[in-house]
Amino acid sequence: MKFFEDIGVGEISDIGRHTFTAEDIKAFATRFDPRPFHLDEALAARSQFGRLCASGWHTACVWMRLLIDFHRREDEGRRARGEAVAQLGPSPGFRDLKWLKPVYVGDTISYATEVVETRPLSSRPDWGMISVRNTGVNQHGEPVMSFISSVLVECREPEARRP
Amino acid sequence: MPRLHWEDFTPGQIAECGSRLITRAEIIAFAAEYDPQPMHLDEAAARANLFGGLVASGWHSCCILMRMLTDDFIGDASFMGAPGVEEVNWLAPVRPGERIKARATVLETRASRSRPDVGFVKFRFELVNATDQPVMTLIVSPMFGRRAPDSARGRGPKAASER
Repeated sequence: MKFFEDIGVGEISDIGRHTFTAEDIKAFATRFDPRPFHLDEALAARSQFGRLCASGWHTACVWMRLLIDFHRREDEGRRARGEAVAQLGPSPGFRDLKWLKPVYVGDTISYATEVVETRPLSSRPDWGMISVRNTGVNQHGEPVMSFISSVLVECREPEARRP
Repeated sequence: MPRLHWEDFTPGQIAECGSRLITRAEIIAFAAEYDPQPMHLDEAAARANLFGGLVASGWHSCCILMRMLTDDFIGDASFMGAPGVEEVNWLAPVRPGERIKARATVLETRASRSRPDVGFVKFRFELVNATDQPVMTLIVSPMFGRRAPDSARGRGPKAASER
């Protein structure tokens, strides 16, 4: 992870992509969102979606996984260059999550993040808060998901920001 | 239990929606798949973080809530899913061995303008721990089927003219 001071509004990262298989759609839905159109091809064919499709929570959880993997790859590069790596802190939550189109079996979703706000924290001088717009786009270029999340990021020099 | 429709929800209603014991094994299993950060995966590494121990991924809490609602709340309703989630706030960590409860509060109900057989119900869902401390809130406006789409049911000329 970059340090808070090095993150700028407007920064876009392509964090990776994932192809949703029938097996992983059903496995996720069996545990967390057991509704017919996430579990069974025949029942899905008779539903409003027409085909087996992923739980919206599944689409979002894959974003989380790809983001962690992206930061891990980036951090390896930083360490190889002898650069310091910032800690990613906890998140207070997210807002405006929209499931814009179904994610069907076989769809490949490409995920990206865009920094929309950076804010120092007076209560925690070692950390800053960033807000990020997260999107998923399918292989036809259609957005399937978007939301805005916030997360704490470690500061490089907390003292320097103090007035 | 009768099948719940849009008409059965009124603002201010509160419903309890079940409880779950959150195990260490399921926290780690979810994190290994979707949110592999040390604070969700490894007790020793987690001791150094802001929470001082292993905590569940916030996305895991969302997924557990979805499952609790499916099993104990919307299973009996004409639930038609939601196009998104307005906001999620992760307020306190969920730790292994905790029992969490889900609670629903109806904030608002609204007939669909485009579909006379459908209405929206805006909920605040809370996950609370054993000491009744909220650990997560989630605001969402799912669609429900209407029992009597052709009657205005005394909802007044405004509601009738919207359709």
